[in-house]
Amino acid sequence: MTHFIQTLISGLSLGSIYALIALGYTMVYGIAKMLNFAHGDIIMIGAYAGIIAVAQMGLPPLIAVLLSILICALLGVLIEFLAYKPLRQAPPLSVLITAIGVSYFLQNLALILFGSQQKAYPTIVQLGQVTLGSVTIDGITILTLLVTALIMVVLSFFINRTRMGKAMRAVSEDKAAAALMGISVNRTISITFAIGSALAAVASIFYGMSYIYIKPTTGAMPGIKAFTAAVFGGIGSVPGAMLGGILLGLIEQLSKTYISTLWADAIVFGVLVLVLVVKPTGLLGKTMNEKV
Amino acid sequence: MKQKKIKFSGDLLTFILVAAVYAVVAYLLYGGSLTRQFSNMIIPISVYIVLAVSLNLVVGLLGELSLGHAGFMSVGLFSGCLLSIALVDVLPMAVRLPLSMVVGGLVAALFGLAVGLPALRLKGDYLAIVTLACGEIIKNIITNLDFTGGALGLNTNPIYSNAKKLLPYAVILVLLTVLVMMNLKRSKQGRAIMAIRDNRIAAESVGIDVTRYKLTVFMLAAFFAGAAGVLYGHFFANVKAATFDYNMSIEILVIVVLGGMGSIPGSIIAAIVLTALPEAMREFADYRMLLYAIVLIIVMLATNNPTMKEFFHRISPAELLRRAKKKKAKSLQKEGA
Repeated sequence: MTHFIQTLISGLSLGSIYALIALGYTMVYGIAKMLNFAHGDIIMIGAYAGIIAVAQMGLPPLIAVLLSILICALLGVLIEFLAYKPLRQAPPLSVLITAIGVSYFLQNLALILFGSQQKAYPTIVQLGQVTLGSVTIDGITILTLLVTALIMVVLSFFINRTRMGKAMRAVSEDKAAAALMGISVNRTISITFAIGSALAAVASIFYGMSYIYIKPTTGAMPGIKAFTAAVFGGIGSVPGAMLGGILLGLIEQLSKTYISTLWADAIVFGVLVLVLVVKPTGLLGKTMNEKV
Repeated sequence: MKQKKIKFSGDLLTFILVAAVYAVVAYLLYGGSLTRQFSNMIIPISVYIVLAVSLNLVVGLLGELSLGHAGFMSVGLFSGCLLSIALVDVLPMAVRLPLSMVVGGLVAALFGLAVGLPALRLKGDYLAIVTLACGEIIKNIITNLDFTGGALGLNTNPIYSNAKKLLPYAVILVLLTVLVMMNLKRSKQGRAIMAIRDNRIAAESVGIDVTRYKLTVFMLAAFFAGAAGVLYGHFFANVKAATFDYNMSIEILVIVVLGGMGSIPGSIIAAIVLTALPEAMREFADYRMLLYAIVLIIVMLATNNPTMKEFFHRISPAELLRRAKKKKAKSLQKEGA
């Protein structure tokens, strides 16, 4: 029983990281109607930014965290401006190929800049362990859960209650009509990319602290899995991304513990295929009708 | 009517050119005047040509993105090579290799069907991600099975063969792939597939069976990828499933995009260039993938963004030539006046 609870808790922690990344996917998909393949690699860049800020520049942890969030947000906006904005009218296939190109570009740029050797993520906060009865929980796990929960509350408030959030919802529903209402579509999309990438940076911090080692391809796998989570929860839906992320983290951790570590990836991807086949709109997604 | 004729002869020309290039290569190879480095490139280049042309079928003709092409290749490779290893003492190579290529191709096509059936309900981004997921699942399964050699890889030493012995089979496979793709493009089926690409709803409403054609394309592409995989497996003494991952699928996609989606000669030329270049420029190996990424982005921007399109059109050789002619004509006119 102890073992099971511990697995559940580490699953929740992994799931929160997925949820943070999935939020970026889902927000961008909801607004720009594109799959930002490079989103996973922004996590990797965020992690390297953290390593350099703390280990090489010797900045205090809090500043390093803020710096890494800022860098990722700027990078997200820059990518959107350079690669995706010129393709706003292009067919989806071209946008997708461009996004794959950007993802590849970031990975290989990191390979040249930081080398293929994996680097250790610095300890940003020293946290002990909490023991509840026979269950021991890492401080980082608790912090991950708390911060993710906080971010989700703030994000829900932002999207549902603020002017900018309203603008984002409007753009995601109908770009042309939103523009007619005086909403700057381009600015809204840029802000969405900035928020999504900033969330990826937060995810990179927790990823780095839980998994320690970072290399140029670090972002690819969590990226794809988080996309799976976003699809699982229903792409375009913010609560869906949270739910999907948590569920996927649990599934992965449970299959790692009770089935086999070797098969965990296959099971996670199997879930994706199954969800898409049975319910392509995901758990909380809306059905979109095709217009002729 | 006239335009159709030109297109036809263009593809036919490609076919003849490919055959001619292979004839020259064969002459040089068997004459012994090729360096080791060069003769070692022939088989991988042929394999990549088949992979690119068959992926072009999905991307260029059907207009869907498949990110699991390496997975299909892997399935074909392992099933075909296992058969070939089992039959190595029974059958001579002239029977064994084609047989295992066909079997590997068929198994891959079966997987194409298995992936295609559920994926049919999806399109665009979703389809791409499902093919990616299936590619990774295939990799995972092959790596974890015992009879495929597991993580250590399959020992293909018993069926290992060199470029000289494999060349005839490579030539036949490449020419067959090109021939099938060429004929498909000009056939009723090919036009139906392109109609689905251009407007699925319109195609459906004129009675084109979208499901059937999508499946056919998937299976056909998987078949050739699988057959190419079997050939590839015979060229090495050991193959690991981990080689055929998502990155390799992307590499094939880069070839297709660079060569031009839907263009057979484009795919062939890009496959040759992108396979031979890294060999020729080993010192820049680190920058190769970075360059691929930049090429992908620039090709997409250049073909889709109106401003960029205009810019690239202006600096294209044909346009520069046209302008130079115009200028000349103008100055001649002035002289005449």
